Amino acid sequence: MAVREGLLALLHEGPRYGYQLKTEFEAATGGVWPLNVGQVYTTLDRLERDGLVEVRGVEGETAPSQKTYAITVDGVAALGEWWEAVPSDDPPPRDELMLKVLMAIERGDDHALRVITHQRTVLLTLLQARRKERRAAGDESLAARLVTDALVARAEADLRWLDTCEEHLQRRPASATSAPTTASSTSTRKASR
Amino acid sequence: MTTDHTTPPAAPPAIDGATGTAAVEFFDVVKRFGAGSNEVRALSGVSLRIEPGEFVAIMGPSGCGKSTLLHLAGGMEDATAGRVYVAGRDVADMSITDRAALRRREVGYVFQRLNLLASLTALENVSLPLELEGVAAKQARARARDALAAVGLDHRVDRYPDDFSGGQQQRIAIARAIVGERSVLLADEPTGSLDTVTSDAVIELLAGLPAQFGTAVVLVTHEPRFASWTDRVVFLRDGRIVDDTAHPVGAGTASGGFR
Repeated sequence: MAVREGLLALLHEGPRYGYQLKTEFEAATGGVWPLNVGQVYTTLDRLERDGLVEVRGVEGETAPSQKTYAITVDGVAALGEWWEAVPSDDPPPRDELMLKVLMAIERGDDHALRVITHQRTVLLTLLQARRKERRAAGDESLAARLVTDALVARAEADLRWLDTCEEHLQRRPASATSAPTTASSTSTRKASR
Repeated sequence: MTTDHTTPPAAPPAIDGATGTAAVEFFDVVKRFGAGSNEVRALSGVSLRIEPGEFVAIMGPSGCGKSTLLHLAGGMEDATAGRVYVAGRDVADMSITDRAALRRREVGYVFQRLNLLASLTALENVSLPLELEGVAAKQARARARDALAAVGLDHRVDRYPDDFSGGQQQRIAIARAIVGERSVLLADEPTGSLDTVTSDAVIELLAGLPAQFGTAVVLVTHEPRFASWTDRVVFLRDGRIVDDTAHPVGAGTASGGFR
């Protein structure tokens, strides 16, 4: 989770108190990344412990009990490193999709095509739901739009891959298709690829 | 192209308990091109009901029959077998004149290539279909202005198509396709020549039409991002419907379970 760095990025704009960081973080992420205020303070405590933020005195209008946080020189350096670093190489979220299709092909092309078709329908239904939700919310902020675009782009990558799988299956020689799942038919299919 | 069906029903038979007049309805539609060894089956038994005010995407690999389906839905081609109803009327039963009138009154088209007439202004391009229908010029222009306003173009309407950007020209084409309260708007890859942001705006505009005008919109696309704007996606493969988000052939159903 990059909440730490998100908070540092906001603090780089100037000192802020905890609740302000929560609301600004949520607005900047288009409402898809809700934070509870406890999580914000826990993160701020850790950032303070690590010397990346410091507590400043109480400022003008804020209530006396509210601490104002500011980024330190080390915090600015840590944030700079984060901008440069490539996001950690987590496994793609739909690795399971790939496994599912590969396993389905082992069972036979007809089954694989049905699985591909079903997965594509489900993915598109999810995309439609996402769009509807966004339109119903009437949130036309750039952040909300870009978050939707990111989800759509990722689903598109999966959908394109499903299209590619389907094309390959459709183009395989007749001898390679609709084979029962036996050891010999499997080896025939693999040899024809 | 001949039709080889028999005894045409006067009205579309009711299927799936559907009531009311569909915007477009296909019953076991077959479309073949060529003959003998050159025969190509573009559609192989497609049944599909599209409701008024529905926004439907048709998706599938190249050559799956997407565009053929759209041409049949617009009365531009005849089915080889099966029945096609547009706004409740059997297209095969219609004379050439009636069919031309159906295409002018009930069906609007938006294609990838911008088919605006370069020598007419934006306003004239949009009012032309009405004027061809015999609507008085003044009234036709007023309705064309309304249609242009509905697509976000309410100024510079006296300029010529070349004075507009690609996205704006596609908006003019959409205005022309919706003017005159059509039942159905058929869009074949309408964003092909546009950049992503402009394309999104065009699709968003199409997405608003069903609620605004009660028009059914049928969008042929290969782009999931555009299909995601629709209410329903119908998938074609080899001329057949293989899935439909409105009636998914998913796991656990009698027709398509994976057990």
